[in-house]
Amino acid sequence: MSIIKTPNGYDLDSSGRRVVVDPVTRIEGHMRCEVNVDDNNVIRNAVSSGTMWRGLEVILKGRDPRDAWAFVERICGVCTGCHALTSVRAVEDALGIRIPPNAHLIREIMAKTLQVHDHVVHFYHLHALDWVNPVNALKADPKATSQLQQMVSPAHPMSSPGYFRDIQTRIRKFVESGQLGPFKNGYWDNPAYKLPPEADLMAVAHYLEALDLQKDFVKVHTVFGGKNPHPNYLVGGVPCAINMDGDLSAGAPLNMERLNFVKARINEMVAFCNNVLIPDVLAIASFYKDWLYGGGLGAYSVMDYGAYPKVNYDKSTDQLPGGVILNGNWNEVFPVDPRDPEQVQEFVAHSWYSYPDEKMGLHPWDGVTEPNFKLGPNFKGTKTNIQEMDEAAKYSWIKAPRWRGHAVEVGPLSRYTLAYVQGVDYVKNQVDTSVAAFNKLAGTELGAKSVLQSTIGRTLARALEAQYCADMMVDDWTELMGNIKNGDTTTANMEKWDPKTWPKEAKGVGTVAAPRGALGHWIKIKDGRIENYQCVVPTTWNGSPRDPAGNIGAFEASLMNTPMERPDEPVEILRSLHSFDPCLACSTHVMSEDGQELVRVKVR
Amino acid sequence: MTETFYEVMRRQGITRRSFMKYCSLTATALGLGPAFVPKIAHAMETKPRIPILWLHGLECTCCSESFIRSAHPLAKDVILSMVSLDYDDTIMAAAGHQAEAIIEETIEKYNGNYILAVEGNPPLNQDGMSCIIGGKPFLDQLTHAAEHCKAIISWGSCASYGCVQAAAPNPTQATPVHKVIHNKPIIKVPGCPPIAEVMTAVVTYILTFERMPELDRQGRPKMFYSQRIHDKCYRRPHFDAGQFVESWDDEAARKGYCLYKMGCKGPTTYNACSTIRWNEGTSFPIQAGHGCIGCSEDGFWDKGSWYARLTDIPQFGVEANADKVGATAAAVVGTATAAHIAASAVKRAMQKDAQPGSQKGDE
Repeated sequence: MSIIKTPNGYDLDSSGRRVVVDPVTRIEGHMRCEVNVDDNNVIRNAVSSGTMWRGLEVILKGRDPRDAWAFVERICGVCTGCHALTSVRAVEDALGIRIPPNAHLIREIMAKTLQVHDHVVHFYHLHALDWVNPVNALKADPKATSQLQQMVSPAHPMSSPGYFRDIQTRIRKFVESGQLGPFKNGYWDNPAYKLPPEADLMAVAHYLEALDLQKDFVKVHTVFGGKNPHPNYLVGGVPCAINMDGDLSAGAPLNMERLNFVKARINEMVAFCNNVLIPDVLAIASFYKDWLYGGGLGAYSVMDYGAYPKVNYDKSTDQLPGGVILNGNWNEVFPVDPRDPEQVQEFVAHSWYSYPDEKMGLHPWDGVTEPNFKLGPNFKGTKTNIQEMDEAAKYSWIKAPRWRGHAVEVGPLSRYTLAYVQGVDYVKNQVDTSVAAFNKLAGTELGAKSVLQSTIGRTLARALEAQYCADMMVDDWTELMGNIKNGDTTTANMEKWDPKTWPKEAKGVGTVAAPRGALGHWIKIKDGRIENYQCVVPTTWNGSPRDPAGNIGAFEASLMNTPMERPDEPVEILRSLHSFDPCLACSTHVMSEDGQELVRVKVR
Repeated sequence: MTETFYEVMRRQGITRRSFMKYCSLTATALGLGPAFVPKIAHAMETKPRIPILWLHGLECTCCSESFIRSAHPLAKDVILSMVSLDYDDTIMAAAGHQAEAIIEETIEKYNGNYILAVEGNPPLNQDGMSCIIGGKPFLDQLTHAAEHCKAIISWGSCASYGCVQAAAPNPTQATPVHKVIHNKPIIKVPGCPPIAEVMTAVVTYILTFERMPELDRQGRPKMFYSQRIHDKCYRRPHFDAGQFVESWDDEAARKGYCLYKMGCKGPTTYNACSTIRWNEGTSFPIQAGHGCIGCSEDGFWDKGSWYARLTDIPQFGVEANADKVGATAAAVVGTATAAHIAASAVKRAMQKDAQPGSQKGDE
C-alpha cells in the first residue's frame, strides 16, 4: 500500500506488520489500538478506536434541565463532577442565571480538587507502570533508595532506609506468592524500562502512598457534595448552605469545622504535589531523556476554552487562559468561541454514525448522532470478532471534532502551552523551573518546547497543573472565608429555579477545564424541557479518528514514528496513549438523536 | 511459593491462637462440628488468595474509583494481601493479548473457584458491539468468565439494575448481569457508586466467613441494604417535627432541616449512606445539603425529577394522599404536610411492617 500524506503533516504507511492492542488497559472505558510497524519496528501508521457507547444524550431528551447534571455526571466516574459542573453551567447560561460568588468559589475548589485527585491517580495508578518496573524494585538497595529520595525531594518525610526496606519486603512477598494480581503478565523484562532499581522502588512506594492519600483528597467533594465519586451539584449555585454561628450550625452543611476540614485536605494536596508528584515526574523523566517521542500534536496544535476565572463571568481573568495555537506557531493565539458555528464542529466520516453529508461538520447545537455500525471492505474477521479494522472506512465510536477544520490536542499540555505562550507568570515559572530541573538531572540542554512536545512533556504538564490547582485552591478558600467574614453567606440564586420563570426556548453552553482537556456541553431547552443536549469531551478531541480531509487525531499522531522494542509487547504504545489519560466512557456517550430502536436481542 | 490465607493473616499480625479461634468460629458459623476445625485450619494454611476477575462493561468506572477510596481496609491491603486481583482493566499492567490471556489462565487454574466482579453491564443492541473487548462483544467475555466462576458480585447500579445507560429509552439495551447470567449466585451491591467501605466489607465478609452474606429478596446484602436512608437520617427529627427546607439556601437549609420537600428520596431508598456515610464517614448527600437522589434503587433515573417531592412514600399510605391534595392546591401544602407528619407518627405507632406496594426487598 502506498504512503498516505495527511494534511496535518504525517506520512501513514500501512505496509508493515500490523499490531493490535485490544483492550487498551489502565484507561477509563474501552479502547482498541492498531499500528503498523516497519522492518525496524518503528510505528508508521496508527489507528485508535473507541469501542463503547452508551447513548446519554438521547436519554436526556425531554427531561428537566435541572436534573441533567446527575445524568451527565455518570458519563464518567473518574473525572467525576466535571460533567455535572459543565451541565449546570450550560443550563445557567441558557437561562441567564448568575451564581453567587461563594457558589463559584466552592465549585472552583471542587473542580480543582478533582484536577489534583485525577492527575495523581492517573500518574501513579494508570500511567506509572509504563515507566516503572515493580519487579525490578526488588533489586534495589533500600539505603540507596533513601538517598535518592532525599536528593529528589528533601521535604518528603517518608524517606528512611527502613521505610523502603519494609515496602520492598512487602512487594517481594507479593511477587514470591506467585499471585501477581494487577502486575500479572506485565512486560517486566522489556528493555523499554529504563529506571534503576532504586528509582523503581521509590516509585512503587509512592504508588502505595498515593493510593492511601487520594481517598483523603476527595473528601473535599464529600463535604461540599455529600459523596465521592459523583458529588451533588445544583443549578443556580451549590446545595451546601453556610451557617457559621447561627442556631443548629453543627448540623448545617458548612460550618467552621467543615471548612477547616476542607482546608486540611487542601494543605495535604499542596504538600503531595510539591514533595512527591513533581519530584517523581522529573526524576523518572530524567531517566527517559532519550525517549522524547510521542509529541504528536502536543504543544503544536492545541486548544482550550480557558478556565479558573479570578472574577466569575470575566474570561479576561482566567488563570489558565484559552485559545488555539496551530502548527507550532507560538507567536499567534487564536481566540475560541464555543458558540460560533464555524469553530467547533464534529465530523463522522470515520465514525460509526451517519450524517446527511459526511464531508461536512456540525456544530454541537445542531449536532446529529445517528449510529451506523459498519466495518469497511478491508476489515479482517467477522462483525462480532474483529481481527483488524479498516481505517479507510468507519472504525470508531468516537466522532472527530475539529476547530475550524484543524485537528488539535486538548489537555493539560495544551492548557500549559497556551498559558506559557500567553505569559501567565505562575505557569512560566513552573515550566522554566521544571525544564531546568529536568536538564540538570538528565544532563541535557533542552528548551521548553522540545521537552513539552513529547509524551514526557504531556505527563509533566499534567503534574504541573495539579500543583497549580492545589495552590489556586488555597486562594479560593481564603477568598471564601473573606466573603463569609464580610457577611456574605449566600450559596444559591433561586430567582429562576421555577421553570415558569424560563423563556419558552433557550440555548446555552458550558465549558470546563476537565482533567483530560477542554470539555463543552451544549443544551437547547424548549417548554421547560431538554430539547437537545450535546457533549464534546476531551477524549473525543484527542481520540478522534480521521476526519473527511484525512487529518489524524492526537492519539494517532502521538504514536507515529515511535520505535518499539518488541512489537508484541505494547509498552511504548501504552506509554503515549496513557499520557493523554484516555477516557472512553466520556468520548463515546452519544447516541441517536431520535433514539431510534436498533435490533433487539431477546433476553432470557 | 504461593502465599496462603493463613500467611496473609499472620503477616497482618494475627496470632496462631487467634487464627485457630477464627477457624473454630468459622466451623460453628457454618454449622460444622469441632472435628472440622483442623480441616478448616488446614485449608486456610494451604489456600492461595482468592482470585478475582473484575470485568468492565458499559459503565463510568465510578465503582472502581469508589473501591480505591476504601479506608478500612485500605484498597492497597485488599489488593496486595487479601485477594488476587488478576484481571481489572482499569489498573492491570498488561494490555491486549497478554491481558486476555489472564482470563484463560485463571479459568484453567481456578475453574469454579474464582470470584467474578462485574462493573457495568452488557448492551445487547448492535449485536452487542456497542461494548467491544478484544474485538468481540463484552457479553461474550462476561458469559465466558461467568461460566467458570464460583460467584458473581454485581458492583453498583449498572451491573445490578442497568443504571444511567438503561434509563429510558435505553438506547443500547444495556442489561443487568442477572438478566443474562442465570446459573450462578449473584450478590448485588447497588449504588452509583456503592459506598467504598461497603464494597470492601462485602469482599472481606466473603473471605472471612467463606460464604455469601445474607441477601434480601433482590439479592442485596441485608447488612447494608435493609434500611432506608430516611430511617437513620440525622435530619429525621426535623421531618417528624415538620421542619422543612422550602428553597435552596433558605434559613431552614442553613439549619439543616429536612429536605423532603426539596425532593429527597431518602424515604424510599435502601442504602447505608446515613449510617456508614461516605468517604471514611466524612458526610453523605443530605448532610451536604442536597436530597438523596435514590441512586441505589432500581430504575431511579426514571422515577421523576430529583426535586419532585415524593408522593408515594410506601410506608405512609394515608399521607401520600394528603400530599397529593397539597400538590394540587399550593395553599394547602402546609396543612397537608402537617397531616402527613401527624399521620406518619400515628401510623408508626400502629404498625411496624407489612407495607403494601413497598419496594422493600427483605420482607
